[in-house]
Amino acid sequence: MSQRVPVHVEVNGRGYDREVEPRRTLADFLREDLGLKGTHVACEHGFCGNCNVLLDGAAIRSCLMFAVQAGGRSVETVESLAGSDGELDELQLAFTEHHALQCGFCTPAMLLTAKQFLRENPGVTDARRIREAINGVICRCTGYQQIVAAIAAVAQAQQTAHSIRIETAPPVRVAQDTR
Amino acid sequence: MSVGRLEGIEQHPAAARIATETALKEAGRRWVGKSMNRVEDPRLLRGEGRYIDDITLPGMAHAAVLRSPHAHARIVSIDISRAERLPGVIKVLTGADVAATAAPLPSFGAGPIIQDMIAVEKVRHYGETVAAVVAEDRYIAEDACDLIEVQYEPLPVVLDPFAAQREDAPRVHEKLGSNVAYERTFTFGDVDGEFAAAEHVVRAELNWPRSTGMPMDTNGAIGDYDRGTGVVTIYANSMSFTYFHWLIAGSLKIPASKLKVVPVAAGGSFGSKFFMHKVPTFAGWLSMATGRPVKFIEDRITHIASNDHCGSDRFYDAELAFDADGTLRALRIDCVDDYGAYLQFGTGTHGNGLSQIVGPYRIGHVQYSLHAVLTNKNQQGAYRGFGAEVSNWMLERLVDMAARELGMDRIELRRRNLIAPDQFPYRTPTGNIYDSGNYPAVLDRLLELADYEHWVAERDKARTEGRHLGIGVVASNERSVFSSTEFWFWFDQPDFTPTASPESASLQIDPTGQIVVTLHSQAQWGNSPETVVAQVVAEEFDVDPTSVVVTYADSQHALPGTGPGGSRYTVMVSGAVAGAATQVKEKIKRIAAHQLEANENDLQFRDGGIEVAGSPDQRLALADVALSAYMFRLDLPADLESGLAAQSTYDHPLTTVPSEDRSDLGIFYPFVGHAWHLAVVEVDVETGKLEFLHYCAVHDAGTVVNPKTLTGQIIGGTIQGLGSALYEEYRYDEQGRLRNETFEHYHLPSSLDVPTMTVAHQETPSPYTPYGIKGAGEGGRMLTPAILSAAIEDALEPYGVRVTSLPITAEQIVAWAAAPAGGDAR
Ligand code: FES
Ligand code: FES
Repeated sequence: MSQRVPVHVEVNGRGYDREVEPRRTLADFLREDLGLKGTHVACEHGFCGNCNVLLDGAAIRSCLMFAVQAGGRSVETVESLAGSDGELDELQLAFTEHHALQCGFCTPAMLLTAKQFLRENPGVTDARRIREAINGVICRCTGYQQIVAAIAAVAQAQQTAHSIRIETAPPVRVAQDTR
Repeated sequence: MSVGRLEGIEQHPAAARIATETALKEAGRRWVGKSMNRVEDPRLLRGEGRYIDDITLPGMAHAAVLRSPHAHARIVSIDISRAERLPGVIKVLTGADVAATAAPLPSFGAGPIIQDMIAVEKVRHYGETVAAVVAEDRYIAEDACDLIEVQYEPLPVVLDPFAAQREDAPRVHEKLGSNVAYERTFTFGDVDGEFAAAEHVVRAELNWPRSTGMPMDTNGAIGDYDRGTGVVTIYANSMSFTYFHWLIAGSLKIPASKLKVVPVAAGGSFGSKFFMHKVPTFAGWLSMATGRPVKFIEDRITHIASNDHCGSDRFYDAELAFDADGTLRALRIDCVDDYGAYLQFGTGTHGNGLSQIVGPYRIGHVQYSLHAVLTNKNQQGAYRGFGAEVSNWMLERLVDMAARELGMDRIELRRRNLIAPDQFPYRTPTGNIYDSGNYPAVLDRLLELADYEHWVAERDKARTEGRHLGIGVVASNERSVFSSTEFWFWFDQPDFTPTASPESASLQIDPTGQIVVTLHSQAQWGNSPETVVAQVVAEEFDVDPTSVVVTYADSQHALPGTGPGGSRYTVMVSGAVAGAATQVKEKIKRIAAHQLEANENDLQFRDGGIEVAGSPDQRLALADVALSAYMFRLDLPADLESGLAAQSTYDHPLTTVPSEDRSDLGIFYPFVGHAWHLAVVEVDVETGKLEFLHYCAVHDAGTVVNPKTLTGQIIGGTIQGLGSALYEEYRYDEQGRLRNETFEHYHLPSSLDVPTMTVAHQETPSPYTPYGIKGAGEGGRMLTPAILSAAIEDALEPYGVRVTSLPITAEQIVAWAAAPAGGDAR
């Protein structure tokens, strides 16, 4: 096969240097090369969003991006959410409280997509806005209603702690459109 | 056989009660009935669900398949030499290898309808596997598939299930001599007499097209052949391997004792992983052929084009006879079902529908004719509802038509025909019974919750403003817990007549007092087996449910099991766990009575221990009892052995054998829930877009184990039904090529397409099941197709639209509005 090329990617705050085939998808790179199995592929053709990860803070389809395209950039996967002892973060807790997951397959992508929404729109509880934000992630189990409720619950909690959140939110940059 | 109240079976007072914490307390329970967060969730939320593709074995290779571009063609030759030479390719296999080393896949179907893992001699549908590549990685395996050269001789294609029945139609299976795999007419009661006597008859041709469960996680397996022991280990996300692993062994030509199927969690099934045998068999076979562990996971296109689990594809000619006062009298149904190229489950999906063919209504006479036809399409399998969702849509369409014919309110017509609370257990014309219910109470609750009158006024007002609001109100029963007779009562001399569908559990309290339950059929797939088990154990032992550990046995260590399907699992696993718990509790009581010098009858389980009722200081923690049970034999009553474990197999609690002449199909699906939905939609006739103004659902699934997760199942199922109603249909072109094999062209409901629902639960406990639970995993999907048909029809009343086929696409709505039909549409 084609020559491997070196790539440096920051994933969940840690830098990785690897050699990959240019055609290797970011999803396969995360799952197979880094062992981060929380990123799931369900269609591999860009329509279900189950493979979403955050690239420089914005949700992208990791099945449609090559690992080399993520070179020099920063990726967040579902593994970044819980504490090192496995303690769930507030969004994850809201998901279980509202029964926002059944099989759990779409859940990592839902969480990350919601994470971006909540960072960019802290305190926004409007169901329509939330539905628009997660529209690119297909869930076959839940019918979405409880997912919307879970995200809204976190947004509600943000309203009281709004200023703190703005300060601690990472800078948001617009990812290049890879679709 | 008479229809109606069943004598000889204990009658249950059909008290409907609302599922609340108060009801829970009244029932004397603490955990079964309590809304609790799922114990499965934390690992899934962390991305640690350990689905099939997350598992990697040392030295593991990867497989990809080449799919047929033809719907029907003879395989003239296959040249694999270029593929074999590609670096990284381990082996390329074709139908010739299958024919030489494996037996056909298992099938419950009639006649010589043989399906192989890879097509031998000819392909019978677009997407059928013609070759497989095993390589060092998936990229190379897929590259190599492109290098395989297959020469096909295209054969005439048969796609239309009516044309397929003609004498001169091309044969899908030559050895069958016809494309009609099976035909039969069942008559229950005096159908002709009732039709002759009835004052009205409505008749409709209805079409329900094939769609599929489409889980986000496709079907996958890893085969791992150990040449030393001869054992083939298969990790698979199949749901029900305990029931059929011996059949996989048959396909692999190995003794069942040399096969070990290890259950792996699935990212959704909805039927697609029910009796899922092809993919695990394939992975096991590839491992045997290469001597390497081999992972085979369907990619999405393989899952769509080549999976074996399409839903029904039916053409009904259906009639309903009724009187001017609204009394529904008889049903006459003729159904052509396009099964596709194979018939793995026989005609079980129609057997399923016959369990509740009269719905919640007192219809006393039924005739049902089935023509199961083979065509050059993907074969059918299971999809949430297993055929009963289709017959329910058909029935509710007929009832809406009857209401229109009589000029009677749809709800009033239904109400007049509901089986009354004092008629349970109720025998339906086919012989299946409904165990319990209070149908009017569910309806009343819906009307109250949905504020029906308000929406009628809104609709009428909108109509005067030229807006198109429509209301749908439909009912459904939800049969749960199958025995297996629905698969074979079609045949006078069936080859195989199973009547068992057990579920088992093992329960152990380890020496530290930790309760461990082992399940024997599946790993979770989106349902909540571990939470259900935890709740039952908590109920039985009065322990914290989150402390209960649940594990899954592999097939070499499994007790009898059947797996989730037909809304059976919660009922059956609860029975098995309660059975094992009872045995362990007995032993604990004996030990505690001995050690506390107390009377067994005075002991109660409380808060992780056992104590003398009324004197909590006379108490042993479960850990104390467990330790002495394992380590201090001489502290036990003399006749007890060491250890603290039990296993229990729970069989279907209420099933009977069909009569010889099949005038009575027996009791085969008796725990029957009930539901009503109400939807209000606004239709934009310019764009065909629907907006949901209101959606309300009330379900009675007997005793609710966990209201939170049951609500989740209802909403999820309802939205899946919305997909079937509005978007989903496999479309084949005239050459039989599937035209929508990607998510770009097969639209699944997204977050913006769906309503926010109000869901409420009623409870009419089953008198026959543990705690009175009824199954409820499929209920939602049983209603949405009918309710959306009704609501859209109502909204488009000015155009005289009649919905007789699905899906009701936006294009269809626009076309209707542009050219008012004033009669049957499509
Ligand atoms: S896996 Fe479906 S969009 Fe990437
Ligand atoms: S929880 Fe199963 S796909 Fe979303």
